[in-house]
Amino acid sequence: MEEIAARFPYWFIGLLLAIGLYGMIGKRSLVKKLIGLNIFQSSIILFFVASGLKHGASVPILQHEHHPIAQDYLNPLPHVLMLTAIVVSVAVTGVALSFLVKIHHEFKNEDEETILEQLG
Amino acid sequence: MAAVFLSTALSFLGLNHVLENGEIRYALGGWAPPLGIEYVLDNISAFVSVVVTTISLLVIYATRHIVSAEISGHLSSFYCLVLLLLAGLTGIVVTGDLFNLFVFLEIASLAAYSLVFLGGRRAMLAGYRYLILGSIGGSLYLLGVAFIYFSTGTLNMSDVLYILNQQGASSSVSAGAIFIFAGLGLKMGLVPLHFWLPNAYTEAPSSVASLIAPIMTKVAAYSMLRMFISVFPEGYLINEVPIGLMLISLGSLGVLVGSIIAISQSNLRRMFAYSSISQLGLIAIGIGLATPLSFIAALLHIMNHAIMKALLFLVVSDINSRFKSEELKSLVGIGKVMKLNMIAFTIAAISMIGIPPTAGFFSKWYLALAAIDLNQWPVLIIILGSSLLTAVYIFRILENVFVKTADSESKNNQQSIDSKFGDAHELSLLNITPVLLILAISIIAIGIFNMLIITHILEPAL
Amino acid sequence: MIDELKNTMPIMIIGLTILSAILSQVFSNRPKFRDYLSVSITIFAIFLVFPLLNGVLNKEVIEFTLIQISPGLNICLSVDPAGMLFATLALALWLPATIYSIGYMRGHHESNQSRFYSAFALSIGAAVGVAFSSNLITFVLFYELLSLFTYPLVIHRQTDEAIKAGRKYLAYTLTGGIALVAGTAWIYSLGIEAKFEPGGFINPDEIGHSTSLFLFFLLFFGVSIKAAVMPLHSWLPNAMVAPTPVSALLHAVAVVKAGAFGVLRVLIFVFGATTLTDIGVAPIICVLASITLVAGSMLALRHDNLKRRLAYSTISHLSYIVLGIALLGPLALTGALLHLVGHGVTKITLFFCAGAIDVRTHKQNVSQIAGIGRQMPFTMTAFTLAALSMAGIPPFILFTSKWFLGSGAVQTGMYFYMFVYMFSGVISAAYLFPIIYRAFWVKSPDFPKFGEASATIVAPLIFTSILTLAWGLIPNSPFGFFSLIEIVVSIAFEARL
Repeated sequence: MEEIAARFPYWFIGLLLAIGLYGMIGKRSLVKKLIGLNIFQSSIILFFVASGLKHGASVPILQHEHHPIAQDYLNPLPHVLMLTAIVVSVAVTGVALSFLVKIHHEFKNEDEETILEQLG
Repeated sequence: MAAVFLSTALSFLGLNHVLENGEIRYALGGWAPPLGIEYVLDNISAFVSVVVTTISLLVIYATRHIVSAEISGHLSSFYCLVLLLLAGLTGIVVTGDLFNLFVFLEIASLAAYSLVFLGGRRAMLAGYRYLILGSIGGSLYLLGVAFIYFSTGTLNMSDVLYILNQQGASSSVSAGAIFIFAGLGLKMGLVPLHFWLPNAYTEAPSSVASLIAPIMTKVAAYSMLRMFISVFPEGYLINEVPIGLMLISLGSLGVLVGSIIAISQSNLRRMFAYSSISQLGLIAIGIGLATPLSFIAALLHIMNHAIMKALLFLVVSDINSRFKSEELKSLVGIGKVMKLNMIAFTIAAISMIGIPPTAGFFSKWYLALAAIDLNQWPVLIIILGSSLLTAVYIFRILENVFVKTADSESKNNQQSIDSKFGDAHELSLLNITPVLLILAISIIAIGIFNMLIITHILEPAL
Repeated sequence: MIDELKNTMPIMIIGLTILSAILSQVFSNRPKFRDYLSVSITIFAIFLVFPLLNGVLNKEVIEFTLIQISPGLNICLSVDPAGMLFATLALALWLPATIYSIGYMRGHHESNQSRFYSAFALSIGAAVGVAFSSNLITFVLFYELLSLFTYPLVIHRQTDEAIKAGRKYLAYTLTGGIALVAGTAWIYSLGIEAKFEPGGFINPDEIGHSTSLFLFFLLFFGVSIKAAVMPLHSWLPNAMVAPTPVSALLHAVAVVKAGAFGVLRVLIFVFGATTLTDIGVAPIICVLASITLVAGSMLALRHDNLKRRLAYSTISHLSYIVLGIALLGPLALTGALLHLVGHGVTKITLFFCAGAIDVRTHKQNVSQIAGIGRQMPFTMTAFTLAALSMAGIPPFILFTSKWFLGSGAVQTGMYFYMFVYMFSGVISAAYLFPIIYRAFWVKSPDFPKFGEASATIVAPLIFTSILTLAWGLIPNSPFGFFSLIEIVVSIAFEARL
């Protein structure tokens, strides 16, 4: 039980992954697919951040100390990487949204099946 | 144009330099690796970057007039997307950093989604689906990188290799490997993750398809190869995680499924899209066999297939721009109208089947040798059998092109179309035909001189 | 200087065929000039043969490495007696075939003539390449090219039937090609440099009995498709939809003979007599070949269409050659090689005659040609000469070859096969002589006036029919076939002893 509780963030992340995947594959609405994609990407970002967590460590900014000890600080790299990953996912979302606008303009609709029908 | 030309010239220079002086390592922003991001130009990446840039240079040159006819709106923004795509692809090729690879992968993919999206009503849905699936691929790759990072503490490829060699196998590294390959497999169009590919290729504007089809999936295949060579220790992906086996079996499946579906298609571009899936299957087999010989075969096939597919798709876009149709039937009697184009087309088609002395034969030859070395008989049968399946659909096309004679009605129809698009004809003589001939000659030349490529470029690296 | 030139001569001959193909395309708007060009190139190519022939007879080594593909993998042309034999045959028959096809194509007003001439020349080039290949990979290369270049010839008429025949042809030959590629790749991966040498380079003690057996079946499967050994023969009668010069080329010179020559290469130069006896496959081939031999001639009896009848006769006669090689005796091999030459020149005559009849009368069935001997005396005389040769009447060339084949069967102690040969010889007479009878002695009242076909058609067929007689009387002139055969046989069995 304790084991499961200790790994709570990971279970949560796994759940998010599954929800996102379901959203992308199971939903017919193109908008919901996009939301699913966002959930999926956020879960991975959370995974990075959660794994980078270290108890009892502080922000990695040097302050007047002459002999910094590495263990006292968090590893900043995962968080920095995630800034980039967030930028990427925002870009993807932006492009997808612009696609959606175009699609809506063209088909007056966001439902995949209906659009397929319209395409014949 | 100029930018692409410049990058091609640079990549040739780079290849030359690498061959003479060994690999180039460049630390971005002055941070020394493994902390900072590093770019590595070794024999293999130099080779692939030459392939990517040259092919795209030729394709962009050849499709200028088609682009202006197909793309409504600002041409400059179109070319901006193309350059973004190229930046992403070359970035993937030269990077030495796992996370950086993700970033470039997404840059290239975003550009590709948008380019596909430009193809009109049907393309919108195809492009959107491509976006969703492609992003899943990218995200899976990122998840895999997370696993690798937290078990090794580094993202630099050679550093990861060094640390994994010290550490030995662990379950999280193996999980990372699985996610990475699932992600790349999706981007590469490996069966059963190939669903986005035929639609995206078929619905995209024909000029875009001729640009994306030859290089986009190849670069994903190249990154897989990178994983085998420079990220995971030798034998790790075979002994610890059965990724080699997965690639071989999925590749074989892809070869069969791709070519069988291709046989039943009546739309030319869709046929070639499925044929891409089957050829990528061959590349996947080459990577999965994981011997130096099979890597050579895979790299050779990456190049050969890029050239062949560029040629085939260019011919399709030329036909599309002149006859407004891509159906197999519309090819009837075309061999007389577009003689030179069709000779080039025939050479590429023969090379697809793998008849000596074209380039396609030799990549299959090395692949077959590698399969025999490992006693992988089923794989050998599939490699050789794929030639037969390919021959079936290729000769279906060639029959239409050269043999069948149009009945008088459609002949008149074609003539009227021909006169209507008279300027298109001249433009294509200026633009596409020379490129097609260059590609066709290079197919034969590479076939005959493939040993030079292997001994001078590929072999030292493996 | 001369020697160096000689080394490049094989490639020059192949180059000439390519040149001829290109020129045919370039001058497609000036048919007369194009035709003169292709004939003169042919004559020039034949002149190139003589120095090579001299060289081979003096046992010089003529070798030319075109390009190295990878370590131990060369595209290499060399001239050995066996290859010389086949190449000379192909080139010697190229001249009459070219002249004939000019007459035929004009007479028939065929379309796409330039494509026809190009593919024709390239096919001959590929056949010469097959002949001069010095190792397995080169052989495979030219063998595949041969399939490819003959495809446009098969589908030349562009009818649905032709397209179907073309598909079948490709399906068979490409499958064969793939079997060859697989076998070759395997041999290379075993680290053997697959250079043809009399007596073979496969040693079952080194690579294992079952491996060599499997390899043998791969390679034999590959070559026997083109040699139309039953049950792999059915592409050949279908390919009859092609224009007659093509059938003549396919049946007499290029394709099927390349198959028969391939059988020779595989049996004698890859495996060698000793190995074949060791792995015990020779009897299987003998049985297959004799079934084909008898069944082929029986089927020929049943067909009324003249070209189809000749096609089945070809299937049967090819197996004469295959059986002769597989008997693995010096006399039988002599007979087989002689039959390769003799059948080439005889069958090409028969096809030329069938084509001449077709051009003049548009009749293709045996039952329709009663009384034609009076109308086309030269053609039918030539046909008679060739038919006599086919039936093995002395002193025609096929008598000589059958004599050697028969005595070869006796020499190796397999009397049964001698009877097979004799039986099939009788049937050959049975399916050819009625045609002659019908042509000369049956009178058909409603037969309109025809007369001979044009000189470009008649001259080649008279020429080749005289050759059947001349080569029978003096097999050594002017190409020294018999001396070549003697050398082949002696080196093939020297290695054994």
